[in-house]
Amino acid sequence: MKYPHAIPADAHIQTPAHAASSSDSAASRTLWGDAWGRLKKNKLAIIAAIWIVFIVIVALSADLWVPQVLGDPNATAAGVSMADASRLPPSLQHPFGTDTLGRDVLSRVIYGARVSLTVGVVATGISTAIGLVMGALAAYYGGIWDTIIMRLADIFLAFPYTLFVIAMIAVIGNGIQNVFIAIGILGWPSIARVFRSAILSVKQNDYVDAARAMGASDARIIVRHIFPNSVASIVVYATMNIGGAILTESALSFLGMGVVPPDPSWGTLIQDGQQYLQTQPWLMILPGLAILSTVLAFTLLGDGLRDALDVKMKDA
Amino acid sequence: MVKYIAKRILQFIPVFLGVTLILFIMQNVVPGDPIKLIAGERKLDPQVELNLRATHGFIETDADGKIIYDENGDTIETPMWKRYVTYLSDLLHGDLGTSYQRGTPVSEIIAQKYPYTVQLALVAIVIEAVVGIGAGIISAIKRYSFWDILVTLVTSLLVAMPAFWFGMLLQLIFGVWLKDLTGGALSLPISGVAGPIAKYPAWMYYILPAVTLAAVSTAYTARIMRSQLLDVMNQDYIRTAKAKGLSKSAIIRKHALKNALIPVVTYVGMDFGAMLAGAILTETVFSWPGIGRETYIAITQRDWPIVMGTVTVIVVVVMIINLIVDVSYAFLDPRIRLGSSKNEG
Repeated sequence: MKYPHAIPADAHIQTPAHAASSSDSAASRTLWGDAWGRLKKNKLAIIAAIWIVFIVIVALSADLWVPQVLGDPNATAAGVSMADASRLPPSLQHPFGTDTLGRDVLSRVIYGARVSLTVGVVATGISTAIGLVMGALAAYYGGIWDTIIMRLADIFLAFPYTLFVIAMIAVIGNGIQNVFIAIGILGWPSIARVFRSAILSVKQNDYVDAARAMGASDARIIVRHIFPNSVASIVVYATMNIGGAILTESALSFLGMGVVPPDPSWGTLIQDGQQYLQTQPWLMILPGLAILSTVLAFTLLGDGLRDALDVKMKDA
Repeated sequence: MVKYIAKRILQFIPVFLGVTLILFIMQNVVPGDPIKLIAGERKLDPQVELNLRATHGFIETDADGKIIYDENGDTIETPMWKRYVTYLSDLLHGDLGTSYQRGTPVSEIIAQKYPYTVQLALVAIVIEAVVGIGAGIISAIKRYSFWDILVTLVTSLLVAMPAFWFGMLLQLIFGVWLKDLTGGALSLPISGVAGPIAKYPAWMYYILPAVTLAAVSTAYTARIMRSQLLDVMNQDYIRTAKAKGLSKSAIIRKHALKNALIPVVTYVGMDFGAMLAGAILTETVFSWPGIGRETYIAITQRDWPIVMGTVTVIVVVVMIINLIVDVSYAFLDPRIRLGSSKNEG
């Protein structure tokens, strides 16, 4: 992957590294300040960000109001016969209808959001952490380190991805923790490649030589000089990666290898709805729309951040 | 060129060994004894169980396949490294092992299932190339027009939705809602490829799975095509062509497209490799009897010889396709000389 990224040394773009080392420029514009200014003008990105914040708030506050208003996501209908409560069409009381066991589908979609968002963020966190360390080792030390790590990345990328995740889950077992471990571990090579290229281009800059000449240690150069100057590309990449992780989780849950029932996840909800495609299609449509809108939001936000932070990325 | 290909094939060896080794380790740390799983709930006769262990190489046997016992009369467990070496040497002899559950040779299962995956991939890649490139070109030529916005919108939606969900939507729309219009040909169950029960011409069964499989990559193809063409249209030699008074369509046909297509062809080629790896989700939604679904079922049944076999074949096929794509790149674009610059990943 071609990934030339260097923040231009224009006077008006202050990198955090520089800002941190020169106290007199504290009032001047920063990379993030500039980026925010540009991001604000991108309507799509702002709508996407608002949608993400909305979903996060709803998911986090679910325990406080969802069981009272919509019903417990895992509790089957009580006090009525199953025939009266099962697979009801959307109504005021059940905006997304009910499933076969009379459970409120909106309530399950909201609790499913917790699973999807957690997997998206935690799995991305794991792959980013591993990818950063691997990428830094490969790029900074080069030579044999570079060869070993990049060949290892090749091996991971040579696997058919979905098969690899499924095989991994088969080995470590079902359950949400294992889902983010599997997605997280298998996602590192692409982040490592991105970070490696970012470092390679930043490493060329004179200020890195200057830092080394002043006796800075390798760790200090990486953490204080190289990392802040490649952080923009990592932020963009991670944002987009969250959407990908959410899609993978939904696929795993759809195949019955994700969260353990009765806990809902968007993928299991689609799987549940599949058999009623002909009669109650909303059971499968609505959770899919939840996935679509959320993944789209992360992609649009990622696009917006890329433009705002002026990160050059290969298209698609 | 020959040197480059030889180098690539040499690079491929450690990757191949790494992939198979990781799978081999995985199957050995996975909980559950695969031989016990064959029996399921039933109790296996101890002698039958021993024979099964011997056939699948879990315990030491002599050259005639007779079980070797130690001085205490116990069987000797074959260490993992030795089984891995056996797997590799069998592989070189064209032996992919035998399924635990079914007792049939893995190569037979692959020969039976792989054609379905290949056929589906071929149909899907045609859809991807035609629709993706077409949409990308229209989008770039009529930039900011209604069509451009439509393409951008549709591609954004396609890449953000789970492919299996898209497949179900297609089933819902064409199989349920438009049942009368499609004459029931695409109605449920759509799956099952023309077998004895098939009522419609075989090609009809390919439409929805192929569209589903192609959806996401078609979106990417269109995006790459659009950005490449826009990029090329800004080049100096296009300006020169314009200055010569060539019409816009002539410029695009004779000058711009050739260069803009190169990265697109690469993407489509790589994607074909990915499709040949089998599409577990598409194949599951449509009950398509392909290699992806077979591997998935084998994983859930802990039938590791099948998993090892299919992944081995898939990885080799993908590597070969990628190599072909890289080499053809050099033919398409004379500016690229293979071997001179190391691919930096």
